[in-house]
Amino acid sequence: MRLGAAAWGTKEDVATTPSTDQRFGLARHVVLPGPLLLDGGASFGPVEVAYETYGTPAPDASNAILICHALTGDQHVASTHPITGKPGWWTRMVGAGKPVDPARHFIVCANVLGSCLGSSGPASRAEDGQPYAMRFPVITIRDMVRAQALLLDHLGIRQLAAVVGGSMGGMQVLEWAATFPERVRAAVVIASAARHSAQNIAFHEVGRQAIMADPRWKAGDYYGAEPPAAGLAVARMAAHITYLSEAGLTEKFGRRLQSRDAKSFGFDADFQVESYLRHQGISFVDRFDANSYLYITRAMDYFDLAEEHGGRLANAFRGTRTRFCLVSFDSDWLYPTTESRSIVHALNAAGAPVSFVELSSPFGHDAFLLDVPELNRVVDGFIRAGEA
Amino acid sequence: MSLRPDLAIIARHVDPGSRILDVGCGDGQLMAVLRDTRQADARGIEIDGTNVSAAVARGLSVVQGDADTDLADYPDTAFDYAILSQTLQTTRAPDRVLEELLRIGRRAFVSFPNFAYWRVRWSLMWSGRMPVTPALPVSWYATENIHQLTVEDFRRFVRERGITVEGAWFLRGAQQRGAAAANFRAEHAVFLLRR
Repeated sequence: MRLGAAAWGTKEDVATTPSTDQRFGLARHVVLPGPLLLDGGASFGPVEVAYETYGTPAPDASNAILICHALTGDQHVASTHPITGKPGWWTRMVGAGKPVDPARHFIVCANVLGSCLGSSGPASRAEDGQPYAMRFPVITIRDMVRAQALLLDHLGIRQLAAVVGGSMGGMQVLEWAATFPERVRAAVVIASAARHSAQNIAFHEVGRQAIMADPRWKAGDYYGAEPPAAGLAVARMAAHITYLSEAGLTEKFGRRLQSRDAKSFGFDADFQVESYLRHQGISFVDRFDANSYLYITRAMDYFDLAEEHGGRLANAFRGTRTRFCLVSFDSDWLYPTTESRSIVHALNAAGAPVSFVELSSPFGHDAFLLDVPELNRVVDGFIRAGEA
Repeated sequence: MSLRPDLAIIARHVDPGSRILDVGCGDGQLMAVLRDTRQADARGIEIDGTNVSAAVARGLSVVQGDADTDLADYPDTAFDYAILSQTLQTTRAPDRVLEELLRIGRRAFVSFPNFAYWRVRWSLMWSGRMPVTPALPVSWYATENIHQLTVEDFRRFVRERGITVEGAWFLRGAQQRGAAAANFRAEHAVFLLRR
């Protein structure tokens, strides 16, 4: 098999990549025996993990950085997506000359447990050879992190120089620091929260109900037939609104009409914003499994780091030696600055070294994926401080 | 890069290896010096986001926050020193901020511009206008200094509150001035306090 690293970039990159170790490179896939003891009480195994690595591990793998992806993200953090053909989802943060740089770091990104890009999820086959569908156990953010820990064991990474993630990725970062503090030297949590609010849960429930109301959903047993694309598209449309700011939407679309001079007095996508959302919904169903959407949104809704530690968030970080960096965006109303601040308060109470800044951006929650040079400056400085 | 004179005094008097919290740390200049020359475990709070980014980018642990509201999050005696340089006069409740400093830190350094410095008095007396001096460079409508104070005000305040003064330094530019006529001759004051 051709090593994925060759696709990464220049000849130098190839030369510095260990060409013999099949564990490393792009488009990797491993079946780990587990079993994982899940928060829901079930024991799950074997565990499939799809992942990618970039760069070269130091002899002790001390330069390893784990990137955690968001709800609908995947392991293709800085490589071309196999379905959409688009560049990696975080090439602004990960790549040559970026804060997370394969020239310096050994970068790992894995598809989360419950997802649909190669890791174990509802679309995976159970022991009977049939897809799990709704037989897949309900999982938590901590279960995702436990699966990643199994992967790191497999890759020979004892301790991470940093764990970095935005949105649900940030929740995994927090969970990493709380569950495996001795394995995390630095944690970067961007546009995230330590728990899902009632409003967060409410929006997710709208999405789930849209999927389950689609007659093609068939209680999750749609594999091999038409998927509930209409329901999943509506779920994505509703969620997508929460990723943008009101000001951003107004600036981008306003009340402008879509390829027409006047309102149609019908229910076509008259407005540009309608057309845009429909496109977001339709293109999403090609790359994502509806049941995975149910399971992962559930995991996020169940997330409450304080609850896991006796109701006090500071207890989650008691005695930690991890360095923390939190960033929020002023226009993000999905995980607003107050959520990051409550994490900072808890970290201060626990005596942890923490940096926090609210950055200004018109892009809403999505800002963490977009061009915000200040974000790169902050993350770069924070990560380099751990390398001195 | 040379430190501002009041910061240089603070830097000289921090015990090596201390845990310090710099409240209103700006871009982290003092923190970086304390880290590099005194092996301090330095943390900072700064209200301005651009300053926070600059401080984090130089590898410091700085939290965007407000001295008036965010000191309550820190446990008692979490730090050997809490530092408040040129920030006291910008807070909404300087008395509460000082109490918080002395709760969080075993000791506190506080530096501020002296509003009774003779040039300030002169300016107010002869021009009848709010002074604009090297230490107070901003016009009345734009200044962040909403609670101006004098050396004498501060001395009286700590006496009334039963706060112990362990050290005091008075400056005009980079030059030190004696304590006796400090309220008249000092542009800046630095106090080291303890509960």
